[in-house]
Amino acid sequence: MSNRKDPPGSQPFMKRPDNTAFKQQKLPAWSPTLKAETVLPFFFLSGVACIMIGVLLCITAAGVQEIKVDYTEERDCADCYSLRLDRANSIIDCACTVSFSLSEAFKGDVFMYYGLTNFHQNQRHYMVSRDNAQLVGRQYNLKNPSITCIPFDKYKNGTPIAPCGAIANSIFNDTLQLFYHPDKNTETPVPLLKTDISWFTDRTVKFQNPSPKDNLTAAFAGTAHPFYWWKPVYQLSVEKNNNGFVNEDLIVWMRQAAFPSFKKLYRRLNRTQEFNEGLPAGNYSVKISYNYPVGKFKGRKSVILSTVSRLGGQSNFLGVAYCASGAIILIVAIFLTVVHLKFRKKSLGLEEE
Amino acid sequence: MSFFGLDCRKKKEKEEERHLRANDREFNLTFQYATNAIKTSKYNLFTFLPMNLFEQFQRIANAYFLFLLILQLIPEISSLSWFTTVVPLMLVLTATAAKDAIEDFNRHKSDSQVNNRQVKVLMDGQLKSEKWRNVQVGDIIKLENNQFVTADLLLLSSSEPLSLVYIETAELDGETNLKVKQSLTVSGDMGDDIETLAAFNGEVRCESPNNRLDKFTGTLMFKEQKYSLDNDKILLRGCTLRNTEWCFGLVIFAGPETKLMQNCGKTTFKRTSIDRLMNVLVLWIFGFLALMCIILAIGNGIWEYQKGFYFQVFLPWPESVPNSAFSAFLTFWSYVIILNTVVPISLYVSVEIIRLGNSFYIDWDRKMYYPRSDTPAEARTTTLNEELGQIKYIFSDKTGTLTQNIMTFNMCSINGKSYGEVLDFAGQRMEITERTPKVDFSFNRLADPKFVFHDHSLVEAVKLEILEVHAFFRLLSLCHTVMPEEKEEGELLYQAQSPDEGALVTAARNFGFVFRSRTPESITVVEMGETKTYELLAILDFNNVRKRMSVIVRCPEGKLSLYCKGADTIIYERLHPACKTLKDVTTEHLDEFAGEGLRTLVLAYKDLEEGYFEDWRARHHVASTALEEREEKLDELYEEIEKNLQLLGATAIEDKLQDGVPQTIEQLAKADIKMWVLTGDKQETAVNIGYACNMLREEMNEVFIISANTAEDVREELRNARRKIKPETIEAEPIFEVKQPKNKSAVLPEDTVEGEYGLVINGHSLAYGLEKSMEVEFLRTACMCKTVICCRVTPLQKAQVVQLVKKYKKAITLAIGDGANDVSMIKAAHIGVGISGQEGMQAVLSSDFSFAQFRYLQRLLLVHGRWSYIRMCKFLNYFFYKNFTFTLVHFWYGFFCGFSAQTVYDEWYITLYNLVYTSLPVLGMSLFDQDVSDRWSLEYPKLYQPGQLNMYFNIGSFIKCLLHSIYSSLILFFIPYGAMYDTMRDDGKDLADYQSFALLAQTCLLIAVSIQLGLDTAYWTSVNQLFMWGSLAIYFAITLTMYSNGMYLIFTASFPFIGTARNSLNQPNVWLTILLTTILCVLPVVAYRFSRTELRPTINDKVRYKVSQSKHAPPPQATRTRIRRTSSRRSGYAFSHAQGYGDLITSSRYLRKNMATFSPRSKTNAKQPGTVLKTYRAVKDTVVDKTL
Repeated sequence: MSNRKDPPGSQPFMKRPDNTAFKQQKLPAWSPTLKAETVLPFFFLSGVACIMIGVLLCITAAGVQEIKVDYTEERDCADCYSLRLDRANSIIDCACTVSFSLSEAFKGDVFMYYGLTNFHQNQRHYMVSRDNAQLVGRQYNLKNPSITCIPFDKYKNGTPIAPCGAIANSIFNDTLQLFYHPDKNTETPVPLLKTDISWFTDRTVKFQNPSPKDNLTAAFAGTAHPFYWWKPVYQLSVEKNNNGFVNEDLIVWMRQAAFPSFKKLYRRLNRTQEFNEGLPAGNYSVKISYNYPVGKFKGRKSVILSTVSRLGGQSNFLGVAYCASGAIILIVAIFLTVVHLKFRKKSLGLEEE
Repeated sequence: MSFFGLDCRKKKEKEEERHLRANDREFNLTFQYATNAIKTSKYNLFTFLPMNLFEQFQRIANAYFLFLLILQLIPEISSLSWFTTVVPLMLVLTATAAKDAIEDFNRHKSDSQVNNRQVKVLMDGQLKSEKWRNVQVGDIIKLENNQFVTADLLLLSSSEPLSLVYIETAELDGETNLKVKQSLTVSGDMGDDIETLAAFNGEVRCESPNNRLDKFTGTLMFKEQKYSLDNDKILLRGCTLRNTEWCFGLVIFAGPETKLMQNCGKTTFKRTSIDRLMNVLVLWIFGFLALMCIILAIGNGIWEYQKGFYFQVFLPWPESVPNSAFSAFLTFWSYVIILNTVVPISLYVSVEIIRLGNSFYIDWDRKMYYPRSDTPAEARTTTLNEELGQIKYIFSDKTGTLTQNIMTFNMCSINGKSYGEVLDFAGQRMEITERTPKVDFSFNRLADPKFVFHDHSLVEAVKLEILEVHAFFRLLSLCHTVMPEEKEEGELLYQAQSPDEGALVTAARNFGFVFRSRTPESITVVEMGETKTYELLAILDFNNVRKRMSVIVRCPEGKLSLYCKGADTIIYERLHPACKTLKDVTTEHLDEFAGEGLRTLVLAYKDLEEGYFEDWRARHHVASTALEEREEKLDELYEEIEKNLQLLGATAIEDKLQDGVPQTIEQLAKADIKMWVLTGDKQETAVNIGYACNMLREEMNEVFIISANTAEDVREELRNARRKIKPETIEAEPIFEVKQPKNKSAVLPEDTVEGEYGLVINGHSLAYGLEKSMEVEFLRTACMCKTVICCRVTPLQKAQVVQLVKKYKKAITLAIGDGANDVSMIKAAHIGVGISGQEGMQAVLSSDFSFAQFRYLQRLLLVHGRWSYIRMCKFLNYFFYKNFTFTLVHFWYGFFCGFSAQTVYDEWYITLYNLVYTSLPVLGMSLFDQDVSDRWSLEYPKLYQPGQLNMYFNIGSFIKCLLHSIYSSLILFFIPYGAMYDTMRDDGKDLADYQSFALLAQTCLLIAVSIQLGLDTAYWTSVNQLFMWGSLAIYFAITLTMYSNGMYLIFTASFPFIGTARNSLNQPNVWLTILLTTILCVLPVVAYRFSRTELRPTINDKVRYKVSQSKHAPPPQATRTRIRRTSSRRSGYAFSHAQGYGDLITSSRYLRKNMATFSPRSKTNAKQPGTVLKTYRAVKDTVVDKTL
């Protein structure tokens, strides 16, 4: 609009719209069209590229070694399984052992995971049942857990629970010990590291102990451990830097899985002595202190050993998906070429009226 | 609002009769009549917030989101934090409130401007200047010339003789001609005597406030006398006082109760067909939403029963949930909250923004700006744009819309010689352009400088004093009913009943036969500089049957002559046999003229013998005073004397079309838009224009003319027409009649017709055609014709025709007009277009779009309309796609999270997805996209057709869009799921945690929908690029910020995703997944579109292909000149108005009253002729009004 202060009629073309590219809708622009010259090569190229990526991924994944041992009802663990079906027996200790053998050595870094299936860490009510402010060490929240933690926020006598909520309460509490059997009678414990199994940001920012940080007993005074725990949170570990809220087992557990079947990092192989190349081939056993009840909801527990590649784990999914997609794209590309050459209406040009 | 409005009105409806007393405020106050203050604003400072919010929450969408918000506050149900709903809702409410506030502020401003106008009010015996708002019923006010009438007044007295006042009613009904009002004699006698007026205590009883502009009934009691009051004594608010020094009036209705205000604000709210479709779709979407929620709720019930119950070791059910069924019930509502994004609140806001933007383009378009009147096009309604791209029927007014209502004297044939063409040296006819030399009329002091003629030979013929030529122009200067006005010496102004007559008299004037003045008994003409006064003995006036008019004059030399002009057929019957050869030549010329669409008249004369005339005159006197069968007797007499005429020649007048009308109509016809002309004009005129602007063509198979007088005949004529066009439709009659149900959605089938036909129907037959029993018959026949012309229709019929088409045809209609008589049709049509021309502003005020020239219509429809439609459709398709895809991912995730209404994405992402991450790119597309440029759009009008058939957005495309979304959401959920499910990070830590998955899924989604938008965009301006890349960049920026340490430590509860972005986005796996989902989402679309273009190219694809091949824009449209046609058709007597008023000229009391002083040369009395003229004009109007 032109200057409104001018009295009407003072200029002959006062109301004439501005001649700008924007107002006249003449902004310079690029108008691409789907032309055979661009579409067909693009399809062929992306098909080939996909297959190449897929093959590469499959090869990488094939280099990863992984073994998964389901110990839920394996051998003597079956007794523990039935024992844990009844909650009243929870005070009774139960231990069992499962054995397996590696036909090939696991070279390089080896990671030990526990796997759970049918466990819905992603259930909405479960997911919200935590208090991040408490876990970051806020004094107020330590003593006054959030209502999202209900019913795992306080004991009946009012003592607040730290860490509160269903997630912390249900922490995976089997203990897994890995042993190497070079021969039938020898049992060498495999050295495993408990640290650096969680995200750096989690253990430095998201989880922090309340102060005084050098005296956790005092820091957590006035709070109680979750219902299902045997010991308070400040006794989770003997190492000072891996205790309280920053205990890495707790941190790993608190990072909820997206799907009902998941595995979580438990230990890392400490590559010393005979294990500095990784895990040699041979027989192994896992000694389990079997505490975690999964029978009720038909869950499964397993222990997983795996190496990693630069692209992660052994999963073939992406590789196969890429290959399949590439193949389909190539087929479509051929189809489009045929369409273009044979069936296309020759007269994309206009019949002039 | 309507709530309160209704309440108020109820109270007032009790007023059955208005009773007031002049100059008695106390008495009048007892009735609590409204004062003259008007209030069109809705809010004030305090009521704004509550009232505006109340109104806004009456809208379904807003109420729905309020309901969601309430659901979210229930902890058992809440599956999303409150802010996911509150933030968008607040934004929407604020934006709407701001818009409403600005609008209301402007209304306040205009209200106060009107309310504070000054007017003189008679109070306590003297005149005081008062603000309009303080005027009350019963006050006497004084108006001065050119003032607006303050309220509805009873006229008491005026400065003019006979207490007349002249008013202009342009604001009321759009007519610019003056109307005359006259007060009662008893009040008129008071004049401007303040004391008498102050003592006036008349009591008025009259009807209660209403909106009938043309009716008023009431009585005045004064001095124990009762006087009846009618509309002639009432001045309505909104009129302007003209040519009247002052007048006094008694306020009867004030402020909101005036007829003007009662007529305001009742415009029906128009909605576009896409709006309606959207409402239907939203209902479907609600159904779809409910279905999804039910499935998931059932899933939840089963899950809780089978698994959740046993999982209670770790996650006990809340106390409020006794069993799995109740859990399912709660989950249903939780999912309603999560999945609500299928009906996003921002949809409505975005649609409004897009329409507003596209309206601005119309306002800004230079190619629709008319420099001569400095008028840009204007989108007065900003909510109908996309419908401009779907028009199927155009209903056009003629006068002022297609034509300029300017007549020019173009050609003539005098004594067998044709004048008016310009020939070059080779004798070839030359094109007449701006540069063609004009004839110089400087020899004639009294010539009209505006008159243009190109053929020099005619002036030469006049100068050579060729007898027939002189007789020809003498006839033109004598035989008419024009009134002259001469304010300055030599400055003649003609007031003609019809523009044709004006043009003829003006032509005569320029060729040296200047009609100077008239009295009832004489006509003064300056013939080649020599003043001659002819004695006017009789005017044998024009009427519809006679189609001719004659005058009988006595020359200064004493010779008696009869001059006659009229329709060719009529005059030819009355010619002297001796004219045979001349007749043949003239006929040839007439055909030529008619072929160019000119209106022709044939001129003839006859010398009378004194004796015979005296006898005739005596008989005429008897007949004209006869009480019985006067008309017939007069006709007989006229018939008798208009015989054995000598042919002089013929005139050809051009009813000037507006620029570019034929080309525009041709273009619109190519776009398959059907054009109906609805005009108040006579059939001949209408047909004439039909040919002139290419609607009717010689090549047409047949042009049917329906002009029967009974219902049966009309039906028969309609059937005959149809029988000729397509016989089988007649036989199908019975089935068809049965098929016509009473419900509104009855749709007439589209008949395909071979050949081109035209239909002309007059108002009389149309009245039958519009009757219930025949409307289908009429419509069906009419729709088979390419062109339909309805003539002599009333404004009401115009609206009825539009409504008829709207009712039976599933088509979008547009009405275009410029006058007050088009208002009803403009309001009735889906889209009303007003031509801002000379006939006042009424049409423009009630229109949705307005511009100055008819030819801009093609740009409005073929360019703006088409773009708006395509943009809107693209927007809707894309918008539904992106939101369905977004939402359906939640649905699939439901099967993995125990149907617990866990969201897939971060809550902030849900909040910002529609508002920030995807809003601007899609707006960019819907504001800038052009499939082809404007030039190409105009070059190929066929591009318009998909819009008419509503091909770009309909149920089908919606379902396609839904299927596409389902596919995309499957890809977007299951590919990340598969990729993450069983793997770990490159450092051995687990990857499949919820937060990483959420980040991956949302990133995949955003990239996929962004690229989809890229595919939909046909016109990539820098703004589009900026929006697109900017939005993606903003997404990553916001995500990294929200997931940063600082945000977490400050707002621990709100941003739990700390570190997720950093820890996930450094994983090659994540990027490979994003790439794969993108490829899988995009490539099928490309493949589908490409093969569709190859296999079944649409017109759009073809033009785009051509555009990409040609690189150059098509040449600008050549302004083609009129194609010369040969025609066997002849125009008749084509005066645009009805019955003349020769009677008035010869017997008007007004004329006689002023006759003594009436002389054009006496400057001292200059005012008097003006008065005569005004009276004359006013009377003329009433004559015309009555004939309408």
